Amino acid sequence: MSIVALAGVSKRFVKPLDLAARAANLFGAGMHEVVINAVDNVSLAIDAGEVVGLVGESGCGKSTLGRIIAGIMPPSAGEVTFRGRKIADLVAGPGRDALLKIQMIFQDPMASLNPRMRVKDIIGEAPVVHGIVARAERDAYVDALLARVGLDGAYKSRYPHQFSGGQRARIGIARALAVKPDFLVCDESVAALDVSIKAQVLNLFMQLRADLRLTYLFISHDLGVVEHISDRIVIMYLGRIVEIAPTEELFRAPNHPYTQALLANVPQLEARKHRFAAIKGEIPSPLGPPAGCHFHPRCPFAFARCRSERPALKEIAPGRMSACHLNDAP
Amino acid sequence: MSVLAVENLQTHFFTRAGVVRAVDGVSFSIAPGEVLGLVGESGSGKTVTGWSILGLIDPPGRIVEGSIKLAGEELVGATQERLRAHRGRDVAMIFQDPMMTLNPVLRIDTQMIEAITAHETVSQGAARARARAALDAVGIASADERLHAYPHQLSGGMRQRVAIAIALLHKPQLLIADEPTTALDVTIQAQILSEVQSLCAESGTALIWITHDLAVVAGLADRVAVMYAGRIVEQGPVDAVFAQPLHPYTRGLIGSIPRRGRHGAPLTQIPGMPPSLAKLPPGCAFAPRCPRADAACAAAPAMTDHDGGRATRCWHPHLETGAAA
Repeated sequence: MSIVALAGVSKRFVKPLDLAARAANLFGAGMHEVVINAVDNVSLAIDAGEVVGLVGESGCGKSTLGRIIAGIMPPSAGEVTFRGRKIADLVAGPGRDALLKIQMIFQDPMASLNPRMRVKDIIGEAPVVHGIVARAERDAYVDALLARVGLDGAYKSRYPHQFSGGQRARIGIARALAVKPDFLVCDESVAALDVSIKAQVLNLFMQLRADLRLTYLFISHDLGVVEHISDRIVIMYLGRIVEIAPTEELFRAPNHPYTQALLANVPQLEARKHRFAAIKGEIPSPLGPPAGCHFHPRCPFAFARCRSERPALKEIAPGRMSACHLNDAP
Repeated sequence: MSVLAVENLQTHFFTRAGVVRAVDGVSFSIAPGEVLGLVGESGSGKTVTGWSILGLIDPPGRIVEGSIKLAGEELVGATQERLRAHRGRDVAMIFQDPMMTLNPVLRIDTQMIEAITAHETVSQGAARARARAALDAVGIASADERLHAYPHQLSGGMRQRVAIAIALLHKPQLLIADEPTTALDVTIQAQILSEVQSLCAESGTALIWITHDLAVVAGLADRVAVMYAGRIVEQGPVDAVFAQPLHPYTRGLIGSIPRRGRHGAPLTQIPGMPPSLAKLPPGCAFAPRCPRADAACAAAPAMTDHDGGRATRCWHPHLETGAAA
């Protein structure tokens, strides 16, 4: 049974014409609104208890997708359901409390923790407001949460700036856990941390998953991190999902040429002094993505069909999906 | 003969909160064409080491002791004119944020031509042709168009390539790269790495690659130096250090990196966090986090040489055979 399901979800950002452009259009300048398809017809189901890694380069729409799932941002088209109920209905209607079960942890704790609030208020405010704990029991509740994420309860009267990066990441996690969620969207939650601190926080994520039976959507550009923590990996490129596969299979036999290139480009501890090879070109601007398969200008295997026709995301093996015309070749 | 020899470098910052010993007795040398990976976490002093070599330390910071010899010439205490003559010509640096190199209000061609004419007397036309060739060399398509662009019109990867092109204009003897790919996507990082690699190989430029990413160093460097709290704690050939790290910190760092085939297994944790440089513990700075620490660690260990061109600063190095945890 899937906990979160997305069906045909798209998010378009439109920059409306300003006054000057509208005036120019009166004289026939023919200026158009700028439209970005940040997320383009994405369907995905996440099972309860699963850790799904969402990987892609900057601008591929992975953060936007995370925000849509967390209910922070409405999709332009398509539907997101949480335990069978539409998130759009939950946001507007009386079932809002159900949305507490989905929480988000952000990349930069300094930007997501209010610098003028004490840690006990940052963590303790939401559970009190939502009636999860009585006000009188708030301090004890905050102590327990801090202990769970590996911080001393004695720190709870401090402000965010008095903590190190790793400790702030832990505060962000404690805040998300305060409302007893089932599903966590982690958007680059360890990206800004130093190597030794990153390992501590990743271990914490795995520990919490085991203790609290959480489901994670782990958004990251770091394939090493995602491989370590995820059961399944979703690869995005320019707003579209190009491949979904169980972690081990993805690393053993990547199907989509983009996935293959991405894996080949990740520096590895085991790979000693060698020549780095690179995919040609850069990720195209989402303002005017290439027609057909978005990856075709950089793909070494591209043929005529790739330039004109969008490849559908199809099942290529049980549990594995890929969006590539090469899979149709006889 | 080494391109650069750094001996007991100490760069301290005299702040109101006390003396911050950012670099505290660093020694290393680098041969022509060699790639040295300088690894450490934030605040370990790796960037300040790079800046000290270029003479970029401003008050309240000061090089209080030590020697930096570039091709035999002492740079500590050299006049600003001497340093200026070297900077950009013999030693160049690329930064994590290319906007530190690029002037946002000048076109790319203006900046590149200025960098050329600063050290050589050449005609505008010749300088422009060289700038164009340099952009080609770092893999920038339609170089003529890019020469007329302003930095904000380029993508992050493109800007970093322009910064690298500028750094390599004079084929310096030494290039210091300070986390130049940290902010970039993996595919762009691979492009930059492959370009820097081939350019340095062609021109025989020695390279110091400063990073916190051990995996990049594994693939790029000949030798690695690991810094912790302002000191190099371990130094040696990449293969040997990664196969059998001697210092407990190096061992912990390598163990804490997620890698293939270890899915879901808990990562080795280094407990605690790096110390504040203003309040360093006496003795070995890593001792409070070290599983091997004992009474001996209350005194600072000296850098000790080991077989195979290796050295470590530890009372209890992992000398017993066996792979890294």
